Parts: sequence; C-alpha cells; structure tokens
Amino acid sequence: MIEFQHVNFAYEPGRPVIADLSFRIEDGEAVGLIGANGAGKSTVMKLLLGLLQGEGKILVDGRPVNRDSLGEIRRKLGFVLQNSDNQMFMPTVYEDMMFAPLNYGLSREEAERRVDGVLERLGLTELKHRHNHRISGGEKRMAAIATILAMEPEAVLMDEPTSALDPYNRRIVINTIRSLPQTKLITSHDLDMILDTCQRVILMSKGEIVADGPAGVILRDRALLEAQRMELPLSLSGGQAGR
Amino acid sequence: MPLFSAYQRACPMNKMQKALRELGEMDDLAARQSPIHSLSPTAKLLTTIAYIAVVVSFGKYQLSGLIVMVLWPVLLFQISGIPVGLCFYKLRIVLPLVMAVGLFNPLFDRAPMLYLGSLPVSGGAFSMLTLMLKGVLCLMASFLLMATTPIDSLCASLRRLHVPGLLVTLLLLTYRYVGVMTEELAVMTDAYHLRAPGQRGIHVSAWGSFLGQLLLRSMDRAQELYGSMLLRGYHDHFHYALMKPFTVRDGAYAAGCIAAFLLLRLVPAARLLGSLFVR
Repeated sequence: MIEFQHVNFAYEPGRPVIADLSFRIEDGEAVGLIGANGAGKSTVMKLLLGLLQGEGKILVDGRPVNRDSLGEIRRKLGFVLQNSDNQMFMPTVYEDMMFAPLNYGLSREEAERRVDGVLERLGLTELKHRHNHRISGGEKRMAAIATILAMEPEAVLMDEPTSALDPYNRRIVINTIRSLPQTKLITSHDLDMILDTCQRVILMSKGEIVADGPAGVILRDRALLEAQRMELPLSLSGGQAGR
Repeated sequence: MPLFSAYQRACPMNKMQKALRELGEMDDLAARQSPIHSLSPTAKLLTTIAYIAVVVSFGKYQLSGLIVMVLWPVLLFQISGIPVGLCFYKLRIVLPLVMAVGLFNPLFDRAPMLYLGSLPVSGGAFSMLTLMLKGVLCLMASFLLMATTPIDSLCASLRRLHVPGLLVTLLLLTYRYVGVMTEELAVMTDAYHLRAPGQRGIHVSAWGSFLGQLLLRSMDRAQELYGSMLLRGYHDHFHYALMKPFTVRDGAYAAGCIAAFLLLRLVPAARLLGSLFVR
C-alpha cells in the first residue's frame, strides 16, 4: 500500500511543484498518473522512491519513506525509467538483471535462476548475453522492465514506459504491463496505454490532483482532459481528438 | 533528388557513428570462441601485465632480445583467430604517437654501434627502433586482451586482483557510456551539419557550446544513472555476475607464459640462435 499524506515539494523556494498532495494506492491496484508537462508526475515518483525529500508523509506498507527505511522500501518498489539507457548501465542484459538480486544478497545461483525465469516469462531469453548498447529501443525497454522484475518488487513504478516505441513494441510492453500481478503506478502521456493497463487514473495539474477515479470515466471526460491541455485517448475519440 | 543527398555525399558516415561501430566490433571479437577466449580473464590479464613488464624492462639497445618477444602476440593471433591487420587498423591513431616517441633519438645519439656492411648504424637509431617496438608490442598485447575478453569479465578480474573498486566501476561505466555519449555526439554533429551545409567539421566558434552541451547531458545522465543504481540496492560495492573460475588450466597457461617471458628476458635467445649460423 502506497500513501501520500499532505506532501509538498519545491525545487526552488516559493515555487511549489507538489502542493498538498494526498492519495492512497491499495495493493494490486494499477494506477495511471497523468497530466500535462510540468504537472509534477515524475516528481511524485522521485518522492516516493526517496530520490527527493519533501514535506508531509509518504508511506509504503505503513512505513514512512525516510533515510532509515529507504533500503527496505526501494527493495519493494521497482522503478522503470523513461530512458532505458540510464537504467541499463551494465555491459550486458544478463549482468544488468543480476545487479539488483546480487546487491540484495541472493546467491549467484539463486539470482541466475531468477533472471532466467524472468527472461523466459517475458520471452527475452535470446537477449540474455546481448550487449546493452547493441540492442534496439524496444528490446532495451523490455530488458529494462526485466531488470526490475528480477528484483521481484511488490510494486512496479513506470515513467513513460511506451515513449519512443513503434506500435509493435508498444503493444508488447502494454501486454507485459497487463500481465504483471504487482501494484502498478504508471506515468504517461500515452492515454491509450493508460486506458489499457490501469483501472484508476489520477490527473494532476501544477502539483495538485485535479481528478482521481476510474480510468474509464476520467479518460472519457473530454472537457476535463482538454482543460488540462490533454486529449481523449485515440481509441475513445473516434479519430476526432484535438478537433 | 533525395533530400539528404548533398549532406550524405559530404559525410557518408558520421565519424562518431563509425567509432560506435568499431566499438561494437570489439565486443564481437571478444564474443568469439577460441582456446584463448575460453581462458579465465584473470589468467589473460596476469600474462598481459607480465608481458608488458618484461617488454618494458629491456634496455634501449637490446633490440635483438626484444624481437623474440614478438613470438607471443604472433602465437595469440594465430590461436585466437584475430586478424593481425585488424589490430593495426584499430590502433591506427595511437600507433603513430607511439612511433613518434623515439623519433629524435638518432639526432642525439650518433655514435655508431655496428656496421651493416659499410653502413654505420648509430645508437640513436637502435634505441629509436627499440622504443618503437616496445610501444607496438605493448599495444598489441593490450589489444589482444581486449579482443579476447569481454569488458565485464575483465573488470571482474581486476576486482579479483584487488584493484580498487571505484576505479574498476569507473572503467566499466565509462565503457558502457562511451557508446551512449558517442551516439549523442553523433546526433549533435548531424544536427550541426544539416544546418551548416558545405562546412567541413565543426567550426571553432561552436566547440564551446558543443562541449558544454555534452557536459550538461553527461551530468544529467550520471545523476539519473546513479539514482537507478541506488534503486537497485547499490551500496558502494559492485557485484560482478560474470566471475569465470580460475582453473588449473588457466594457472598452467599463466605460469607457462610468465616463465617463458622471463626465460626470453634472461637468455639472449636471438643471439644464441644467430651464433648457430654465424661463427
């Protein structure tokens, strides 16, 4: 369970990026965090992961996110970065996937078993020994998801998981996200993907929550979305988006 | 007429993209199968270090002793199937620098050391050739190590040999991100050329902003990368997944090679061989 209680954050004094933000995500929920550029979506992720520190309370399974709990909390939360190159810092996919399990004290054999299991489940076995700088963008994104799943996190956070992907690879990523049993928090401008993968949507603007509810309701509300400089998902607009 | 034809004629392939492709070729070489490739990286690393140390230890006039040291890289090229030409092609930028090291020796050391027929060969010429050969041999040995060992295994071996973790991590991440930064530089260079048609290279007035942009991008990337490492449990200690065991075979290879290097260093093999034919 993830909970934000009256969280505030500003990069510069007097210019809040997150303002009195409160929400709660139950175990197993899939939540889409949407909003125009600069709405504060990525900041929410960074606050949750302890990469930034704000005011207010952020709880993960009832434990506040602070210096003492960071290790335990980060083990529970797997974060897929928007830029896979920044996520995949080891030379090969295999080494990248082994990184977290070895850091968390698993034996080499146990970690390898886990890595093989994830690769097989995602159909990426052939990528195992490939070099990270020599795989395609789509493969890199899938491999980045695989590195996170090798941690066996309780919740998966994703920042724009389908950005810069062609339709085929986008569909593969969407199907993978749908198949994940974990709690999911996904930020994206790809509203069709959010509609496909999330039951609930939180719409943010200027660091505040503008709407929070079922994805099927919020993503059908043209007036609400357009007021926030967004458009209906293409699948719901009948090709009329933006007109 | 295609949109980019003029630009493509001017620069058929961005230099950065070429560099990137060459980096990939090294990975391909290291991924090949051969008796040398299958050896433990630690054994290869130890022998390479020993070889370089022995090569460097030869005196400046010991050209005949040094020539025998060519045997080891030649053997490795043969067994590993790595083309010798490729080695010289890859080292084409560094080699002239290495060759230039002793270039002025003949000017300072003019005393004749021997006569080829009636032609005197000065000590300076000797020391120049020795220095050049030393440089070439050391570069060849390093190239062979890189071409037969994946970088991750090499880093794991460095850690096994107690090289400070920070240095090894830096080496590993640099290797990984040289490609990424080169890619960014390639995109920036392309963007520049598309708006500066007919210009050769990047004008000196743009160098500052180019480097500045690259630095800023590197810093952003470094920050995000470090965040990503922390989120996956990094605590100042890198775990290497590819730790090839050091077997008896590897030990025998390393010991055999090092013994041979020492023997070649201590016994004037070339002179002995020559004395069989010349009395």
